[in-house]
Amino acid sequence: MRVGVVTFPGSLDDGDARRALGLAGAEPVALWHGDVRLSAVDAVVLPGGFSYGDYLRCGAIARFAPVMERVIERAREGMPVLGICNGFQILCESHLLPGALVRNDHRKFVCRDQALRVESNTTAWTTAYAEGQEIVIPLKNGEGGFVADDPTLDRLEGEGQVVVRYLGSNPNGSYRDIAGIANEVGNVVGLMPHPEHAVEALTGPSTDGVGFFTSVIAGLVSA
Amino acid sequence: MARVVVDVMLKPEILDPQGQAVATALPKLGFDGIAAVRQGKRFELELDGDVTEERLAQIRNAAETLLSNPVIEDYTVRVEP
Repeated sequence: MRVGVVTFPGSLDDGDARRALGLAGAEPVALWHGDVRLSAVDAVVLPGGFSYGDYLRCGAIARFAPVMERVIERAREGMPVLGICNGFQILCESHLLPGALVRNDHRKFVCRDQALRVESNTTAWTTAYAEGQEIVIPLKNGEGGFVADDPTLDRLEGEGQVVVRYLGSNPNGSYRDIAGIANEVGNVVGLMPHPEHAVEALTGPSTDGVGFFTSVIAGLVSA
Repeated sequence: MARVVVDVMLKPEILDPQGQAVATALPKLGFDGIAAVRQGKRFELELDGDVTEERLAQIRNAAETLLSNPVIEDYTVRVEP
């Protein structure tokens, strides 16, 4: 099972994402932003960081990287894609996911272990969880406020496309406490918190993040 | 050489924490009477040659594709005299 992790200039969590995939049992494949081929990967993770220095808007430049043309094309064909933090921002800028991420309402960078509720376990990246399961994984962002207009939010809620929701106090002003969403089919998922930082007891607050990666592997094996 | 200016502003319904921070700082410095601040971006595009309707259409397309995110931002395009 080959899962690609794209490194953009300014990516930070590509190493951790590859490591998490390896621990979950996949073969992590390093992809470069300038790649025009996806080297036969079965799924792709867009990692956290500050691609292209967050110039213009977070994810706005990365969206036009050569590798993204193929990622967008394959995502529309059903390939699983997970965007974490900056990766979530890139997926929104690419219009693979609705809405946008804006500066935290309290204007400060937030870095903490965050409790979440898994609202949907039918996406390609969340089948390992129980619906309603509560997990704790790290959250770290300056522009993590999820915004969309009301009809879009209503549609996301109604169609079960809200994947994870913040528990406790809202860390960044995200509308309706939304921490992560999926596209209509469920192969594309984006979230601000970092499951790849919660895969080993030594370095994470929990190992609750592993499920994102085992989910996609299980789905690909049975496909 | 012609200059085209693209102004990009957050849509009114989107919270603007940067603008709010500026609005909070102004009275502390003695600049009173400012009710609210919204912060945006201004792009100055220098063109080779003259402005034509076709090129303006291209720039509007660029404003919608790259310079702004239509989900959260509005833009205006104008030619600088």
